Amino acid sequence: MTRYVFIESRDPFESRDTRFVEETAVAVKERGHHVTVFLVQNGVLAARKSTGRLRSLAEAGVTVLADDFSLRERGIKSDELAPHIRESGIDALVDAIVQKNTKALWH
Amino acid sequence: MNERRLTLALMDPPYESANSTTALRIITAALEKGIDVNVFAYEGAVCLPLQDQAPHANPVKGTTVEEEQHPTTKAFVSSLLAMGQGKPLLTWVNCGLCVDERGAANVVAGVKRGSPADFFKMASDSTNTLVIPTR
Repeated sequence: MTRYVFIESRDPFESRDTRFVEETAVAVKERGHHVTVFLVQNGVLAARKSTGRLRSLAEAGVTVLADDFSLRERGIKSDELAPHIRESGIDALVDAIVQKNTKALWH
Repeated sequence: MNERRLTLALMDPPYESANSTTALRIITAALEKGIDVNVFAYEGAVCLPLQDQAPHANPVKGTTVEEEQHPTTKAFVSSLLAMGQGKPLLTWVNCGLCVDERGAANVVAGVKRGSPADFFKMASDSTNTLVIPTR
């Protein structure tokens, strides 16, 4: 089993191709791999429960983390996050990508 | 030899993209965890450690240089190189061709000059490699 870490930095309302990342993460998960999506920079705008985004990731069992620094920069509070998305520090991203047999992809 | 080593390829020039801030945060967190870090700065990213950067006052607000405390990326890079002098080790390589194109040879102490061949070697010797491209 390979571990995949997708790092999504783009605003879903600005970049339609964020949908491609979401679909790829689900497809990789369905093939039996461990998948994490780490939202950072404008990528965290999709983490708000009011957007209704990224539900397919939760349904597929993909771990979704949102960078705390990026959330604070954009005035997004913890209680605004969708229930399947967990607030996280950048050190969690480092821990994830420094594991062996892990592929890290930035978008 | 440290068993955990991370290589990052950076491409964004300073003061243009949040990518630079995130990259510097990742490097900081990795060093704090005792992880060796290689950085290959490509294209505009070779200007991140440019020695000629200078903090400035803000004439709109009427603040002085001291009051403004304007952060420069060269100061961040210097701080990281100070953190990563041994264990853990930070190796920062600027792409030589990118440097020459930009006239960006005057960099802070500790930054090396190299080529994409160095990036290949860094990636080959690392636990993982993260490429942070320009958009």
